[in-house]
Amino acid sequence: MSQKKKTITKVWQQTEIAPQIFDLWLETELAQDARPGQFVGLYPKSGAELLPRPVSICEADKTNNRLRLVYRIAGKGTKEFSHLKAGGKIAVLGVLGNGFPLGKAEGKKVFLMGGGIGIPPMLQLAKELSAEKQIILGYRNRDLFLAEELGRYGTVYTATEDGSVGCRGNVMDAIRENGLNAEIIMACGPMPMLRAVKKYAEENGIEAYLSLEERMACGVGACLGCVCKTKEVDRHSHVHNARICTDGPVFEAKEVDI
Amino acid sequence: MNTKVTIAGVTFQNPVMTASGTFGSGMEYGEFVDLNRLGAVVTKGVANVPWPGNPTPRVAEVYGGMLNAIGLQNPGIDVLIERDIPFLKQYDTKIIVNICGKTVEDYLEVVERLGDEPVDMLEINVSCPNVKEGAIAFGQKADALYNITSQIKKKAKQPVIMKLSPNVTDIAEMAKAAEAAGADALSMINTITGMKIDVYRKKFVLANKTGGLSGPAIKPVAVRMVYQAAHAVKIPIIGMGGIATAEDAVEFLLAGATAVAVGAMNFVNPYATVEVVEGIEKYMVQTGVEDVNALIGAVVE
Repeated sequence: MSQKKKTITKVWQQTEIAPQIFDLWLETELAQDARPGQFVGLYPKSGAELLPRPVSICEADKTNNRLRLVYRIAGKGTKEFSHLKAGGKIAVLGVLGNGFPLGKAEGKKVFLMGGGIGIPPMLQLAKELSAEKQIILGYRNRDLFLAEELGRYGTVYTATEDGSVGCRGNVMDAIRENGLNAEIIMACGPMPMLRAVKKYAEENGIEAYLSLEERMACGVGACLGCVCKTKEVDRHSHVHNARICTDGPVFEAKEVDI
Repeated sequence: MNTKVTIAGVTFQNPVMTASGTFGSGMEYGEFVDLNRLGAVVTKGVANVPWPGNPTPRVAEVYGGMLNAIGLQNPGIDVLIERDIPFLKQYDTKIIVNICGKTVEDYLEVVERLGDEPVDMLEINVSCPNVKEGAIAFGQKADALYNITSQIKKKAKQPVIMKLSPNVTDIAEMAKAAEAAGADALSMINTITGMKIDVYRKKFVLANKTGGLSGPAIKPVAVRMVYQAAHAVKIPIIGMGGIATAEDAVEFLLAGATAVAVGAMNFVNPYATVEVVEGIEKYMVQTGVEDVNALIGAVVE
C-alpha cells in the first residue's frame, strides 16, 4: 500500500458540468496510487473551516499525473473549492480508503450503480473493470453529468426523479423496467439507495459492494468519527463498528448494517 | 539546547505529546510523522472491556473547530496490551495510556492491568462529555474528583495524570482537589460541551445532540485555565486545546504548562506534532532560550 500524504496540488482545470456539480482536475502524483472507489480529502483554505472534505476519485490519469474529482456544492468548503481556477492551489490528503474489489467482478455480468453524487467513482471503475457492464445511473433531472462518458465503457440505463430522461424513479426502478439482472453489484449513492441495493442483493442472492459515506474528521482512521455498524465484530475496533474512511469506504453489503 | 522536560520523574525528549482520542495508538499518524520525534504518544481512552461508542453522526465542523461525540469507542484493555503497547514500544517515545470507565471499579481494573506493562504514565479521563455514565461524572465535582484520584493513586504503579474538564465553575478548585488526592500531574483541557443545529432540517447535527468542542476556537479558554491551574497547584500541567503551531505551544508553556499536546489539529495537518517539535526548537534559537524549562510559566506579569 502506498504512503498517505498531505500535499499541495495545482488545479489543471475546473468546469461546472451541471448546476452545483463541479468537475475538478488536479495535477498530482497521487494519481499513481489511486484505485477506483478510493477518495481524497480536500482542505478549505479558510481558517474557519478546518477539516478535509472527503471527495471520491472520478478518474485517475496516471500518464499525466492528474486526478479528476466531481463533487456537488454541499456547504462552505465545497463552495470555496468551486471558485478554484486553473493554476490555483489546493491541499489534498490522499489517497484514502480501499476501493472496489475489481477482481471479484472480472469477466462477470455486473451492475455498476451510481446515484447522484455517487456516480463519479463509477467512471474510473468502469474504465478499469473488464466485465459485462450494465451501468445504472440515478439523477434528479435531465442534467445527466458523466452519463455520456460512462456510455463508452458499458450499457447505460438512466432513471430520473422527475421522469425527464429514462425511467421515472430511481436506480431500482431502472433495473425493474429494463428487466436487468447481474451476478455482482458495485454501488455508490445516498443511503436510501444503498439500503435498497442491499435488500435487492440479498433477495436475489447476489454479491454486492457498497461505497458508504459518513461525516468524517481525520479521514485516516484515527478519530473514529465515521463508523458504520458491522454484522461481525470488527477486527480493528473489536466492536461492531468499522471505520468508513479506512476499513471502507467500500464494504460487502452483507457485512454492514445500514 | 535542552528540550527535555520531566514530569513526575519521567523525562520526555521534548514537551510535545498527542492529545488522547485524536491519535489512536499512533499507527495511523505513524504513516505521516516519525513517532520517534514525539515527547509522548497519549493513547485513545481505554476501558476494561470494549465500548461501541455513540451512534453517527459523531463529528461536526464548527467555526474554527469541531464537535465530537465519539462516546469513547475503544477495543478494551486486552487489545491495547496485546496490540497497541507492543507497537508503540518499537519507538523512542514515552507511552501514556488514557483510561476511561463507567465506575471507579472499571478504572481500577484497567489501572491494575497496566501495572506491569511498559507504560510510562497513566492519564485518567474524568472529563469526556459524551458518555452517559462515568467519565465527566467524576470530574465536575471536587469531592468526586478527590475520591477517584485517591483510589487510583492507591493502585497505580505508574505516575498518574488527571485530565480535567473545562466544564466547571472553578478550574483552580478542581486542580487543587486532584493535587490533594495525590495526582502526579494534570492535563487540560478536555473538550468544551457544545451543540450544533442544522437550521434547514431543524435537527441536531450530532446524533448525541451535544459534543465536545475542540480546535483553535477553544485555545484562549485553555490557555486561561492552564494559567489559573498553574497558579493553584505545584504539580506539573500538560496543556492542550487547539494547538496548531509552535507559537501556540509556547503560549501554553508561558502560561505555566510543562508539556503540551496536539489534538484536533492532527486532523487538519497530519504533520502538526513534528512541526510543533521543530518549531519550538526554532523559537528557542530565535529568542535565545537555552532550556525549554525556562519558558514554563515565564509570562511576564
